Amino acid sequence: MTEDTTESDRNGESDTVTDVGSDPVEADASEAMAAETESEAVDVGTVEHVADLARVNLESGERERFVGQFADILEYFETLDEVPEVERDPELTNVMRPDEISESLDRAETLRNAPETEDGQFKGPRVS
Amino acid sequence: MSHNGYITEQEIQGRDNGPLAGRTVAVKDNLSTEGVRTTCGSDMLAEYVPPYDATVVERLKQAGATITGKTNMDEFGMGTTTETSAFGPVENPAAPGHVPGGSSGGSAAVVAAGDADLALGTDTGGSVRCPAAFCGVVGIKPTYGLVSRYGLVAYANSLEQVGPIASTVEEAAELLEVIAGPDDRDATTRDATDHGTDYEFAAAANGDIEGLSVGVPTELVEGAQPGVREQFWAAIDDLEAAGASSREVSLPSVEHAVEAYYVIAMGEASSNLARYDGVRYGSPGGYEGDWNDSFARSREDGFGEEVKRRILLGTYALSAGYQDKYYRKAQDARAWVQQDFDAAFEAVDVLASPTMPVTPFELGESLDDPLRMYLADANTTPVNLANLPALSVPVGETDGLPVGLQLVGPAFGEKRIIRAGSALA
Repeated sequence: MTEDTTESDRNGESDTVTDVGSDPVEADASEAMAAETESEAVDVGTVEHVADLARVNLESGERERFVGQFADILEYFETLDEVPEVERDPELTNVMRPDEISESLDRAETLRNAPETEDGQFKGPRVS
Repeated sequence: MSHNGYITEQEIQGRDNGPLAGRTVAVKDNLSTEGVRTTCGSDMLAEYVPPYDATVVERLKQAGATITGKTNMDEFGMGTTTETSAFGPVENPAAPGHVPGGSSGGSAAVVAAGDADLALGTDTGGSVRCPAAFCGVVGIKPTYGLVSRYGLVAYANSLEQVGPIASTVEEAAELLEVIAGPDDRDATTRDATDHGTDYEFAAAANGDIEGLSVGVPTELVEGAQPGVREQFWAAIDDLEAAGASSREVSLPSVEHAVEAYYVIAMGEASSNLARYDGVRYGSPGGYEGDWNDSFARSREDGFGEEVKRRILLGTYALSAGYQDKYYRKAQDARAWVQQDFDAAFEAVDVLASPTMPVTPFELGESLDDPLRMYLADANTTPVNLANLPALSVPVGETDGLPVGLQLVGPAFGEKRIIRAGSALA
């Protein structure tokens, strides 16, 4: 998707809004092509790398769809370059309280939603 | 049930008396209910039963409310249509064949259909106001820190608030009165009485807007569909007839609100949703392989496509080399939006815009084009970035589809927008 299309979406010209993506198959194909021609930053390798960092396996089809969609979305995010540097107001304050012992959930309740437990502890897969 | 508004219909009885005695309240399914499953609209939490109540749920019970059940929602709150739910889409009772808006679509739908008197939703980038507008009901997004988030399953902590949905502004204000107030289990809550106001929200719904000045940010009106604009300006005429004055104002920063919102929300989501590892809770587990393999496969099965998309984009925006380009620029934009609103409130009492620039999509229409869905949040996301209160009131229909008007106030200005909104609904 080009920046022009993005602009007209924002301006809400209803024709454009209604037409975009009305045919999912065609939209996918054109998005994939747009990704190839307009953005060298996003390819299947990029999506796989980020999925690996995030520890999320992708189902078949998702990887391919994400390539085109990420190219569009990241291109849109790049309009943040137009934002001027802003002096930020550091009005944040830490909210502290004394560390006091109070009631908490008991062990059985805490473990109740775990798929697997052993000796009153969570059981996870092997580490490596 | 015909609209698929509930994920779990189960009555939870509050105390015998209190301000909400005899009233039914539906609760969005990302708010923890002790002993009643809380799915967040996700397969990942399909069997999750919280061992404790969210603070807002505790306060509903204390106030004598009868909880009717847990409402359908976009998975983990990630959507503008309630179509990303693992439990199927919700249909808009006010516009058959159309989406109810999202992500609190179930909450708005059950109120619009008369299945509950009131409902709680959560609003991270418009998730209370959008479905309120699309379903022809009232929704309030409170000032950040007015309502406790303890027990709300986190999506983007720095942006989200729990808010009421009702048929009238007065009823929404009554529910807000019950859930608002500091909570020592949420360190981001603040006491309204420290900020020059109090909690008498329902009493503020008196329709008295004599002398109120209303600013209309041109950037949030120009982009709306013609039919939406028509209803919006008719409502501004109504406000003027009731004694208010209006003038146009400019908020140039809001042109960048959607992208700033999505960068920040996706970044926070990628971190928050790392807790779903299939070990402490989550989908069944038992996969072969080491921790990383098992983790990645549990998340493949447990998360839907929109959730994966946001986790991956958030991970990307926060990864080495891209943090300055996306995340820091988004924080700059957030500060700029805050300053723009501050300046506007020096000139006017409240700001008004269409809640949504578009009318409800047809079911299935926007699913294949995530960017198009994100752009629909143009008018609601600036408010979350600026931590401000806002409400959406119904202002009629265009082509049989509901239109909502959004009123935004300064921080802790809930009473002001409630008073203004009560002149309309």
